[in-house]
Amino acid sequence: MFQYIIRRLLIAIPVLLGVTVFNFFIINLAPGNPVDMYINPDTTQADIDAKKEALGLNDPIYIQYFRWLGNLLQGDFGFSYTTYEPVLDLVLNRVGPTLLLMSTALIIAYIIAIPIGILSATKQYSWIDYLTTTFSFLGVSIPNFFLGLGSIYVFALVLNILPTGGMFTLGSNGGFADTLFHLIMPAAILGTAIAGSTVRYVRSSMLEVLGQDYLRTARAKGLKEFIVTNKHGLKNALIPIITIIGMEIPILIGGAVVTEQIFQWPGLGQLTIQSISSRDYPTLMAINFIAALAVLFSNLITDILYAVVDPRIKYN
Amino acid sequence: MSIPNVKMDTDLPVNNVVIPVQEQLGNEESYLKLITKRFFKHKLAVGGLIIFSLMVLIAVFAPVIAPHNPYSVDGEFAAPPSAVNILGTDEVGRDLFSRLLYAARVSLSVGVGAVAIYVAIGTILGAIAGYFGKWVDMVIMRITDIFMSFPYLMVILVLVSIMGPSLFNVILVLGLLGWPSIARLVRGCVLTIKEMDYVKAGVALGYSTPKIVFQHILPNCIAPILVNATFGIASAIIMEASLSFLGMGVQPPTASWGNMLNEAQSITVLATQPWLWIPPGVMILLAVLSINFMGDGLRDAMDPKSLK
Repeated sequence: MFQYIIRRLLIAIPVLLGVTVFNFFIINLAPGNPVDMYINPDTTQADIDAKKEALGLNDPIYIQYFRWLGNLLQGDFGFSYTTYEPVLDLVLNRVGPTLLLMSTALIIAYIIAIPIGILSATKQYSWIDYLTTTFSFLGVSIPNFFLGLGSIYVFALVLNILPTGGMFTLGSNGGFADTLFHLIMPAAILGTAIAGSTVRYVRSSMLEVLGQDYLRTARAKGLKEFIVTNKHGLKNALIPIITIIGMEIPILIGGAVVTEQIFQWPGLGQLTIQSISSRDYPTLMAINFIAALAVLFSNLITDILYAVVDPRIKYN
Repeated sequence: MSIPNVKMDTDLPVNNVVIPVQEQLGNEESYLKLITKRFFKHKLAVGGLIIFSLMVLIAVFAPVIAPHNPYSVDGEFAAPPSAVNILGTDEVGRDLFSRLLYAARVSLSVGVGAVAIYVAIGTILGAIAGYFGKWVDMVIMRITDIFMSFPYLMVILVLVSIMGPSLFNVILVLGLLGWPSIARLVRGCVLTIKEMDYVKAGVALGYSTPKIVFQHILPNCIAPILVNATFGIASAIIMEASLSFLGMGVQPPTASWGNMLNEAQSITVLATQPWLWIPPGVMILLAVLSINFMGDGLRDAMDPKSLK
């Protein structure tokens, strides 16, 4: 087991390096130049050259890459081109809200998806099953931003029971209840798309398990149907679902960009959009790198968890 | 399109599950007939097909159907629906109904264009990795891992904004980044098929490698590719809409359902001018939903496990 984890980590290293290369080059081969942001009618060519020199933009691209990578390994992500703050601080300030949003969304999605998926599988081809299927497709197909705008319209503007956005009431200093109040809508919306696809996975995984011999044995022992499904069945059906969580993390991060923008949630997604419009390359690189790291890490955890939960899996 | 002589007596990996095949089918005609028959039994899929066909008709005949020029400013600003402008006008006085129709062209071309590009890339890379194996496979699969590590929407946002947001660039970026899942799928399929005796016979007969890969192996992988591509069109349409909504996709004056919703980011528009944002949102939902239903129908119809 320990060996398996080590091997899995070793495979992740070249991938991570590849991520840094890809990340660095797409952003730095861009035609735009951060120095463009400083140009005003009074700027002379000498000023521009000095600024370029100061930012290290005159060096060959591979030198810039190794410098960036070297700094990265020391935890130095450079300084933001727009606010001059250390990028690491800028990004770390935003990680919390995004993690809060994403984890709440994931929890909401699973609380909805697991019981519905089970119900849909145990009542296969009934009207409940068709209704769930239709709704799960709706959940997957509705664009996040349309659902978000619609919900703001209904819950914040018409019914006036939830705030339109932000993380806490302006002027107040937040607090748990206030944040929770602001969290409900964005998290539910981010969770919808995930819930839609998860219902399908739970259903098919459950159907697979329900046909197994050991469930027939459990029934033959005289166990109640509820125990058979929810204890013996569900336990085994959940194993493949662990891998699904790993697959859903990148979707969740992408969805967070849109959701945060609509609800003015002060997270990484919102920072991404701001950095794109101000061509703040160091910040963009840091966000992309951290997001990719999160994806790699969640894949790693998924693989390990999978091996822990299912002893039949061979480590090589 | 024609599905070449597909012999379904192999283990086809559909959705990463290797499914034992129970069907022995003689020729392509009966296979196509069987799939069509199964597809039309799937009510939601048929509904999806009808709505999708309507969308295609709207896109093709937009200039004929549209009552106004989608680019000309001839109405009042943000006028509510009336007899002249049946869905009202937008913030600069263009007819919304006409723009809605023209936007179907954008969404469908992004869907089909992007998926065509990435299916081509993914199929070729996956086939090379699966057929040659060893270090070639290793390298291609690690590159696939790298591409899969980035949160899709974030990289697309960055790339599109670097290349300059436009319809062409959106198609290109979605196409260049979407291939990893197809590559994995094709690789898995090729790995299974290449061990079959008839492929070995082809090698023994001295056929060229491209001929073996493209004519003898890949036709057996068409079913899963087709299913994956159908769902891919739906997600490409959502992706374009999201990008355009964020202002990083198709730029006005070109109409896209996504950029028509962009204005609704303002609370005033959201609250007082629902005709501006509800219709394009519903159109995206309808387009994506209908394609997803079709994909589901296709998957069920091509699933060798089902016996119907």
